[in-house]
Amino acid sequence: MANSFNCNIVSAEAAIYSGSVEQVIASGTTGDLGILPGHAPLLTSLKPGPVRVKFDGGDEESFFVSGGFMEVQPDVVTILADSAIRAGDLDEAAAEESRREALKAFNEKSAELDYTRASAELAEAVAKLRTIQQLRNKAGR
Amino acid sequence: MAAAKEIRTQIGSIKNTQKITSAMEMVAASKMRKAQDLMKASQPYARQIRNVVAHIADANPEYKHAYTVARDEVKRVGYIVVSSDRGLCGGLNNNLFKAVLKDAAAWRDQGAELDFCALGSKAGSFFNKYGGKLVAAKSGLGEAPRAEDLIGSVKVMLEAYDEGQLDRLYVVNNEFVNTMTQQPVVRQLLPLSPDVGDNGSEQENARPQSWDYLYEPDAKALLDSLLVRFIESQVYQAVVENGACEQAARMIAMKSATDNAGDLVDDLEMVYNKARQAAITQEISEIVGGAAAV
Repeated sequence: MANSFNCNIVSAEAAIYSGSVEQVIASGTTGDLGILPGHAPLLTSLKPGPVRVKFDGGDEESFFVSGGFMEVQPDVVTILADSAIRAGDLDEAAAEESRREALKAFNEKSAELDYTRASAELAEAVAKLRTIQQLRNKAGR
Repeated sequence: MAAAKEIRTQIGSIKNTQKITSAMEMVAASKMRKAQDLMKASQPYARQIRNVVAHIADANPEYKHAYTVARDEVKRVGYIVVSSDRGLCGGLNNNLFKAVLKDAAAWRDQGAELDFCALGSKAGSFFNKYGGKLVAAKSGLGEAPRAEDLIGSVKVMLEAYDEGQLDRLYVVNNEFVNTMTQQPVVRQLLPLSPDVGDNGSEQENARPQSWDYLYEPDAKALLDSLLVRFIESQVYQAVVENGACEQAARMIAMKSATDNAGDLVDDLEMVYNKARQAAITQEISEIVGGAAAV
């Protein structure tokens, strides 16, 4: 099986995906990266964003990851997500809502503001929206 | 009839106790299901991160993280002991403490000193009495412990390791074998050993001796956060697994308490009936004796 490898996506709460895939595209902290079979061992942290996996038949599926780690071995990719959901389950309204709230908390300087938390929430919400947008574009095509 | 009345009161009180224990049994049974779900939900993550860390320990990184280097001389050993908050769960906690003390005694013989971190109030009070050095404690985790609640205690132990105060770190908890069986296990967290993972496949053995990861962004930052996350996830897994064990052990303990109460009631009822029968017989013989006298 030269052109496929195993991919495991787990979050702290559950196993999200496990199976044979052709390619994994994830957003690492230093940029998006695509993993093909036989990749050199790699260890990277992930920032909030979509993880796309492509299957043998050309189908693909998206997952939303709110940060975590990815380990690449030549024959297996393991994604340890802080939390992950299938992108189809993403509730766009909830994402918008949380982005608005994060922005509000961001702007309200008088309130006792937890800056780091707010910016983390904002980044997560933006990443969720990005995942949805990607899904949407694909559907439109 | 004084004896008979006493026995009846005793039967009454045993029956009341039986009601309580059987209610506790049912409560524990339903909580056990939830605790097991919690345990199963976080298991895949714990297993995968263990595999990844096993790979890291196996690799030949250009940057040797402090957690991967075994120190030759062991002066101080740390134990994170996970216990339940409440009692009435059979020998669960005692078996666990025995396992800790057995392991600790081996280190003590080698001249090492011991530090304990108690998660759960039973461990806290035990190690206070035992006289070990308790450096961190956390209790009141409840039925659905959150990872955030554990970070503080874990950090205390990791900092001690970083500063060289600890040379070994173990986590001790009950392993959930099945509802009837819980097994205390002592697992080494630090330094990391390559056999920490559970898949020692041949393929991995066939790998060249000196390989290393590509790191993004850089090895130090990445390993720091990944290994801390690993320890946290292992401790969290230990806590939720122990939670499932606690409920299972309590269910079994309460079930046998209920059964014992039933046996006791049966015995006492037999004694009561005998006493009643003896009283009636006595009364009849008195009447007969009295009639004969007239």
